[in-house]
Parts: sequence; structure tokens; C-alpha cells
Amino acid sequence: MQGIFAVFRKEFRDHFSSNRFVILFALIAMVSVITCYMAGIHLKENLEGLATTKFPFLMLFSTPGALFSMVQFVAFFGPLIGLVLGFDSINRERAHGTLIKLISQPIYRDAVINGKFLAGVATISIMLLSTVLVISGLGMAFVGLVPGVEEVWRLFIYLIISVFYISFWLGVSILFSILFRSIATSALASAALWIFLSFFISLGADVVANTVAPVDRQKETKPEIVLKNARVKEMVSLSSPMVLYSEATAIIIDPMRKTTSSLVLMSPMEKLLASRFQNPLPLAQSIIVVFPHMTALIAITLICFAISYMVFMVQEIRT
Amino acid sequence: MENRTIIQTTNLTRRYNHLPAVDNLNFEVKEGEIFGFLGPNGAGKTTTLLMLLGLSRPSEGSSRVCGLDPLRKAKEVKRLVGYLPENIGFYGDLDAVQNLEYVADLNGLGRGITSKKIEELLELVGLKQDAHKKVAAFSRGMKQRLGFAELLIKDPEVLFLDEPTLGLDPDGAIRIINLIGSLNRDRKITVLISSHNLYQVQKISHRVGIMIKGKMVAEGSVESLAEEKFGVNEKEYSLEEVYMKYFQEV
Repeated sequence: MQGIFAVFRKEFRDHFSSNRFVILFALIAMVSVITCYMAGIHLKENLEGLATTKFPFLMLFSTPGALFSMVQFVAFFGPLIGLVLGFDSINRERAHGTLIKLISQPIYRDAVINGKFLAGVATISIMLLSTVLVISGLGMAFVGLVPGVEEVWRLFIYLIISVFYISFWLGVSILFSILFRSIATSALASAALWIFLSFFISLGADVVANTVAPVDRQKETKPEIVLKNARVKEMVSLSSPMVLYSEATAIIIDPMRKTTSSLVLMSPMEKLLASRFQNPLPLAQSIIVVFPHMTALIAITLICFAISYMVFMVQEIRT
Repeated sequence: MENRTIIQTTNLTRRYNHLPAVDNLNFEVKEGEIFGFLGPNGAGKTTTLLMLLGLSRPSEGSSRVCGLDPLRKAKEVKRLVGYLPENIGFYGDLDAVQNLEYVADLNGLGRGITSKKIEELLELVGLKQDAHKKVAAFSRGMKQRLGFAELLIKDPEVLFLDEPTLGLDPDGAIRIINLIGSLNRDRKITVLISSHNLYQVQKISHRVGIMIKGKMVAEGSVESLAEEKFGVNEKEYSLEEVYMKYFQEV
């Protein structure tokens, strides 16, 4: 254990004193202040005069101000934090000849990778927590909203999901930094995977769905085909961590949403219920709705880390 | 007086894609010895050192370091052995003291003892004035000496030195060689040194081993090897002549 803590302390210090962290954090702080301000103004205009709204505080995070909401911003650019923190974690040590020194110290080899991963996760957690706190504080100051107990819980769960989501990308970048000797290659590979999984999968989902079950807008298509098309599209797009994350957090942060599935896939009774009952979901029910998403997100994070762990443990290190 | 055996290998073999890099290696190093580990590039010296540290898995055979099996007790072996790799690296954005502190932390040494020890070690290797300089600005000789300070912080019983004088100017090399000699004398540290600088090795080694193509072709003191190859006569043979003779034969 002593080895893990030593590596953890070193990496944690390095993260917080590195220029890239400062730049990243400045960017995120700036964006969060701007989105919070936009959302605040928007909310103030819309909420004035209304007697009661459900969970107005959470709207600070889910209302798109000018461009996007905070939740959307993290879904899009959160992975970048993970990638930037991890893409050179192992191969930089290799290139500088410090990796062999590290593992010839009396520590277990896994202390190196565990310490690095945990330091990254801790950095991500602190980053996100402080962002959420800043937005909450500004929200209270601008709009005069005070969070209720349930809202705090929802934000807490949102934070945990976000930490896992970004840690997945940290795991991916650490894996690439083990696999590729060159720092540039690992940076490019992880960025390419990020762009593919986040932006191209949704385009690809359309293509795949239309190939498997073609829907013709002009002609009548059988309802089964339309259904199949929607199902395939959903299945393919769920292989993107960003879609998993967006759906999970949308439900958690917005109690008025009751399902992640598209209108096409709902049964008539579901549609009826959705339009008839306009009350928010209780927290436990919201969690149940996105439980598969959350489990899947946690699972891919752990699997990704496990792969890096195994690769690192069997690799021969000479430099 | 019979000394304890510190390093012992039995039929140690390591193959890469069926080609042996280390081939049935058998040798011994006694406590308190400086053992010169010689051989051309690619002879398998570094691979042997890695196996003795438990960082690389032998294909066959076994080894003992301080009576421990490096495969099973890697952590304990690494606590007793200090390994100086051929191209030792440092964290360039940290200064000498911070680099040493990290190594001390990895060795589980407490903060209180460490700072005093770091000061002593920097004094010993002659880096006291540069203690708070960033290592990125260090010359090769300074880095090598800092590497020795890192080794000594855990009070090792054995040192594995892989080309410790490579790329150093004559003055720097002599300083390192003298340092190794004094560590061996004053601290009773057993040293396994691999080097191409045969003159220096001859100066400090008690015994040498010549490894060619993964095999130990000769082992013993320089005089006994010279005697074996050239016969006893008036002339004193240098290690270089002995080495070349072995090298040409293989």
C-alpha cells in the first residue's frame, strides 16, 4: 500500500502544479460561470411571477442558456479532461527512463498504475465538485434559488456518474499510454477514439438502422419496421459512452423526465401516462430508470482499467 | 574467511522468440566483492540483471539474491538491492532533493529521517550546492551521481550498476569509480558492475566474469584469467588483453 500512496501523492501534486491542469481548469471555470449566468438570467425571466416550480435549482444545470447547459457541456468536453490527464502517464516515464527506476524500487508493480489512476480520479473529482459548487453559489447569488434536500442528492448522484464517465476516458488514455511508446501516438489515438465514440456513433447509428430496417418517409412503412429501426438506432448509439452518460444524467438532473426511450418505442399506455401525469419522479424512481445506464458506465470504466492493468503487469520494462 | 554467497544463478536462461539472450548462466558473487560483469553489447548482461531483480521472468533456471528468490520475493529483493539502470532518468521538473524525496517515499522511509539523510547523501556524492537546482539542468555526470544518491537512500546491501561510467568525462568517471570503491570498503556493499571500460573495472574489481552470447565464458580474478590464457610468465597482462583473447575465441 505504501507504494500506491507514494505514487498517488507524486501524481496528485504533479496534476495540480502542471500547466495543462491550470489551462483546463480555467477553461472549465470560465464555461461554467458563463453557462450558469446565462441559465440564471433565463430562469429569472421565466420564473418571475410563478408561484411554484418543481426543482428550480436543478434547472441551473439543465437549462441551456445561449448554447448548451452545464450537463451537456460535461458530456461533450468532460472526456477531454480524462484524456489530457492520462495520455502520457506511462509512456512519458518510459521516455524519460524513470519507469525502470520506479519499478526497481521495493513496490509492487501495480502500485504504479493504481496510484496514477487514483490520482487522476481524485483530480477529476475535485475539479467537478468545485465546478458544481461554483455554479450552485453563483445560482444562489444571481437568482436567489436555494437547493432542497432532494436536489442536493440528485446533484451528488450526478457528480458520481460524471466522475465515472470522465474516469472511463482517463482509463482509455492510460491504456493507450501503455500500448504506445510515443506520446504523440497515444494522444492522437485517444482523441480519435473519443471523437469516434462521441460524435460519429450517432451518425453511424442512423446508417446502421436504415440498412437493417429501411424506413421510407414517402411511402407507408409497416409499424414493425419503424419499431425495429428505432430499436437498432438506440442499440447502436448506446455503445457510445457519451449517449449513456447524457441519458443517465438527463434523468437524474431533471425529475420531470420519466424515460430515456424515444416516443416511437413507447407503448400507447406509456404515452398516455406520460401526458396525463405531470408530476416529477421521486429520486428512487429516477435512479431505477437509468440504473442500466449507470451500471454500464461503471462497468466499462472498470473493464477499461482492468485491461490497462493486465497489459501493464505482463509487459517487459527495460527502460 | 568464507563469505556468504550474495548472488547465485543456476542454469538461468531467458529466450526471446526461442533465441536465447541468456543461456544456462551459472555464476556466484560473494559478500563484500566487487564483481566486474563484462561482455560485448547484447551479450545479455542487462537481461541478467533484470532477472536478478525479479523484473524479468527467466525461461528456465533460477537465481538467488541474498538467499531470496527474486521471482517470489521481488519486493524484498528490491529492498536490499539498488539498481542503477544504463540510462537513468529523473523528473526534470523537480530538483535534486525532490527527486530523492520521491524515491525515499517509494521506499517507505519517514519524512523526519529522510531530510537529514538526503543532505548527507548529496554531500557524499558532491551535489550539495546543486540540491535545489532542477534536474533538467544537470550534466550527465551530475545525474549519474544523483543516481547513486538515490540508490543509497535505502541503505542497500547490494548494488547492480549497469554501465555507471558510460558517457562520462575522465574526471567524472574516476569520481564514480572511486565512489564505488569507497562504498565497497566503508559500507561493505557488494557490487555487481557491468562496464565496457576495462581499465576501470580492473582497477576496482576483485573478480570478473566475461559473458559472451548469453554464456559466461570465464570467471575469476584478472590474474587467474590471465594465467589461464597466457600461462605464468613475467609480464603482467591487462584485463583488456585477456578480454580480447576470450572474445576472439568465441
